[in-house]
Amino acid sequence: MSRTHRIFVPADSAALALGADAVAVAIADEAARRQLSVQIVRTGSRGMHWLEPLVEVETASGRIGYGPVGLADVVSLFEAGWLEGAAHALCIGAPEAHPFMARQTRWTFERCGVVDPLSWEDFVAHGGGQGLAQARALGAEATLAALIESGLRGRGGAGFPAGIKWRTVRETQANIRYVVCNADEGDSGTFADRMLMEGDPLALIEGMAICGFVVGARKGFIYIRSEYPRAIRVLEQALELARTRGLLADCDIELRIGAGSYVCGEETALLESLEGKRGQVRAKPPLPAHAGLFGKPTVVNNVLTLATVPSILVRGAAGYAALGHGRSRGTMPIQLAGNIRHGGLFEAPFGISLAELVDEIGGGTASGRPVRAVQVGGPLGAYFPRALFDTPLDYEAFAARDGLVGHGGIVVFDDTVDMVRQARFAMEFCATESCGKCTPCRVGSVRGMEVVDKIIAGRDVASNLALLEDLCHTLRLGSLCALGGFVPFPVLSAVRHFPQDFQRP
Amino acid sequence: MAWDVLKAAEIIDAHRHLDGATLPVLRALQEAFGYLPEEATAQVADALNLSRAEVHGVISFYHDFRRAPIGRTSLKLCRAEACQAMGADALASEAAAKLGTTWHGTTTDGRVTLEPVFCLGLCSVAPAALVGDELVARADWPRLAAALDKCGR
Repeated sequence: MSRTHRIFVPADSAALALGADAVAVAIADEAARRQLSVQIVRTGSRGMHWLEPLVEVETASGRIGYGPVGLADVVSLFEAGWLEGAAHALCIGAPEAHPFMARQTRWTFERCGVVDPLSWEDFVAHGGGQGLAQARALGAEATLAALIESGLRGRGGAGFPAGIKWRTVRETQANIRYVVCNADEGDSGTFADRMLMEGDPLALIEGMAICGFVVGARKGFIYIRSEYPRAIRVLEQALELARTRGLLADCDIELRIGAGSYVCGEETALLESLEGKRGQVRAKPPLPAHAGLFGKPTVVNNVLTLATVPSILVRGAAGYAALGHGRSRGTMPIQLAGNIRHGGLFEAPFGISLAELVDEIGGGTASGRPVRAVQVGGPLGAYFPRALFDTPLDYEAFAARDGLVGHGGIVVFDDTVDMVRQARFAMEFCATESCGKCTPCRVGSVRGMEVVDKIIAGRDVASNLALLEDLCHTLRLGSLCALGGFVPFPVLSAVRHFPQDFQRP
Repeated sequence: MAWDVLKAAEIIDAHRHLDGATLPVLRALQEAFGYLPEEATAQVADALNLSRAEVHGVISFYHDFRRAPIGRTSLKLCRAEACQAMGADALASEAAAKLGTTWHGTTTDGRVTLEPVFCLGLCSVAPAALVGDELVARADWPRLAAALDKCGR
């Protein structure tokens, strides 16, 4: 018998949802029929989701990708000699040389799609564990200094400097401190947390271990949404693996599953939920860094923030800080979603423009129709028309145009979109998900839906538009958290940039 | 499954040691029984030393918790923006018409419950659905129907 061929089939949710499990079975069956020895390795996704299931084979000249592989393609791939990297209509060559990958700068996602997420050997062979070792060698103070130097800001959306938050918690007088990972990735158009947790969960766990070491926390929680069943399963196994390998020796981590509430992605609502209560937002101050989970000083960071820390320590804070644009340093895992030809995950330094992302990298719409609008930053992010596509990805540049970078999701719409309906949906979503604590959000979102309905019906459009503007002003200034506070972004951007959709005869 | 006080007590005992145990307890109970009947409120409140109002408040706050049983298979269709951009609204209307039900409704044969979900993290391969335990990307009615068939009619 010849050598054992290694074949990599993603087990990322996007690949699974496109039939990757059945493809893996078909590959194993066909190999057995041909009496070939194969080892099928289940990886995360590279992020080229239009090519999923993207299967890779290990050849003498490195890994060669084929995708999208359907059940009907398996026999012809073997016929063509794909185990030696032979040509085939589905062959994309070396995945890292594909233009979509070659244009990226990967720090957070360097291992994702490459390794078996539950193999300790793969993790270590690709630099895993070195970040924590580096932190221990440097000591907490020097690690903190490196993190501050890197300029890493919270990737959940608020963009608060991670190092400053960690230092605040470290400097508190307390007997107990906590590290909490916010994995309640509820924004439509975002899936980077999910991909990372499914494709390289140990990076997140290592990041949390480093955080625990720096701030002096002995206990961590990952709060993940229930809508991510695959990520939950992978994390459970990864935590067990990390525990047996000593990664959690000083700071154990417990996985907690949400229960379908969007607002629990807001950090104080998340803490309430972790404490076993309704996910209602807390007034700030006190900041969670001073009085967070169970009243103790708590670091609450997004998945990507924590998972990037090991890379920064290993590859150097200065190198990370050298990337980026303005006050937005380093790289951002950008998610291309919605009606887009080449959807997926694209990690790049801040500063890349919307036009590059949507037109060049994303290849325009999946429908082939013209792009009319993009929504950046989730359901609370603004809708931008093509006229604003020169906006560079940068927290401050987006804010200057009444928009949000948020968690880096870009949802593309073609010219069939009706923006008054999108404005109504933003209000409806806010009404569905409002925690009910403050009146502007709880009542204002329902009133907002009613006002938009009147505009859709063509009743007193001018005065109802004025009322909508006024209502958004109240929501923006009168809400405790970003749900009510930011819902004016999608609503008013739709009104401002697409006025014709609100003025139908 | 009908509510069983002893089995419920066992499940509660397995989770009550956790910090902030209410959600893990309720999740585990719903996983076992399929829903959280009125009896659950009092029993959980008693076991966790909370008021019934507090437990009721938690159950009613979260979309995942159900006060009544659903059909044998849950069909969750994403309603969020990325899926809207790929025709999720039309797909939902088609699914509702084919199943003869509406959001949160169950087919007359008790087989399928149609539920909305806001994002499954499959925004690059929209529209997305979760049929039982199976994720479906680039969903259309034939693919959903095939996935439902696999769950048994």
